[in-house]
Amino acid sequence: MTEPWRSLVVIVGVLAIALLVIMAQVWLERRIIARWQDRRGPNRVGPFGLLQLIADVIKLFTKEDWTPPFADRPVFVLAPAVVMTAGMMSFAVIPFAPTIGIVDLNIGLLFFLAMSSMGVYSVVLGGWASNSKYSLLGGMRAAAQMLSYEVFMGLSLAGVVALAGSFSLRDIVEAQRHGWFIVPQALGFVVFLIAGIAETHRLPFDLPEAESELVAGYHTEYSSMKFGMFFVGEYVGIALVSAMITTLFLGGWLGPWLPPLAWFGIKTFFFMCFFYLMRGSLPRPRYDQLMAYGWKLMLPLAMLNLLVTGAFLAAR
Amino acid sequence: MPVDFLPLFVYLLLVVAIGAGGIVGLSRLIGPRRDTAEKLSPYECGVPPVGDAREKFPMRYYVIGMLFILFDVEIIFLYPWAVIYKNLNEHFGLLALAEMAIFVLVLLVGYLYVWRKGALEWE
Repeated sequence: MTEPWRSLVVIVGVLAIALLVIMAQVWLERRIIARWQDRRGPNRVGPFGLLQLIADVIKLFTKEDWTPPFADRPVFVLAPAVVMTAGMMSFAVIPFAPTIGIVDLNIGLLFFLAMSSMGVYSVVLGGWASNSKYSLLGGMRAAAQMLSYEVFMGLSLAGVVALAGSFSLRDIVEAQRHGWFIVPQALGFVVFLIAGIAETHRLPFDLPEAESELVAGYHTEYSSMKFGMFFVGEYVGIALVSAMITTLFLGGWLGPWLPPLAWFGIKTFFFMCFFYLMRGSLPRPRYDQLMAYGWKLMLPLAMLNLLVTGAFLAAR
Repeated sequence: MPVDFLPLFVYLLLVVAIGAGGIVGLSRLIGPRRDTAEKLSPYECGVPPVGDAREKFPMRYYVIGMLFILFDVEIIFLYPWAVIYKNLNEHFGLLALAEMAIFVLVLLVGYLYVWRKGALEWE
């Protein structure tokens, strides 16, 4: 197969599998959390309730796609498209296996950080454009939270970059051939994981859409597939952060016996389940606690991690 | 060696086509359309809405926004150091570490100042 065609196959394949995994996650999360909470979860539609996700998609499509007359129309439509596009774009730089990956950017890590920053726009624009009080509150909260946690998300990755000496995700995986970065970067790993949960605003950091106080936060006024985009965007985020943790700290595709792609899948799946476990087990903090936690604890820890990594490398 | 950006653009086009065009557009075509009086007002838990949503909101959010820019820019300055750190270490030894430590120390002074001023409190 010639190079351009191979590239096209990879692009379409990654897109199709990513979308499938993201949709399957909705079903998987409901089933797994149901198990942990001693319930059954969706089990009526198809075997093991597997067709539930198709039923959900059909339902979302056939609902009224409603743009409120009091909303800022172009921005209101733009916001859900941004969340989806920004999330999916990050998958372009992830190396799934030695030869499978859409593009091997030499600034792959910066590309990921840039795209995850784009996600902030969607929630702020969506919250503001809706012109509803709950939406605005949710949007502002989401913005402040994501900005705060992005600061030390970036800082926690500086250690990984120093160890690998490259921004290319492929080089970072290759650098872990003799030991995963989770060992020398244990602190950085914890900080990144927490920042990742906050970036995707999943429980316990789902203050922007805390349903007990803000109805649905920034997507209160959204309906049909526009709501669906925000909903899917959250699962794109989970898959993305899991894949990034796998790539940066757990050696990506590296592993014995099994083919590289299988290792990548297993590690990513593990972290996805960790995300569900967090949702199934932890309560939501207060908003001031959340901000204090980020600025007063995680930021100094991330700085400490950088200094220790520097000293560790100098001593070697 | 310049990276071939073509796959990235093809991927971007596909994502935008599926995301924006396909999904949002399709549900506009399929979905029903029934406007009722209740739908025309913002959702406020069934109570008639009071006033406009775009009012003043707390200064705190602006402070967080400004802090974010300050700290993020400083982190951007740390990245070039991180990526060539191994190289620096070979040529300059501990000086490479000391340079970064001084930079982080300056950052820390600013951070402590912000903390003492109460910009991190959320009251």
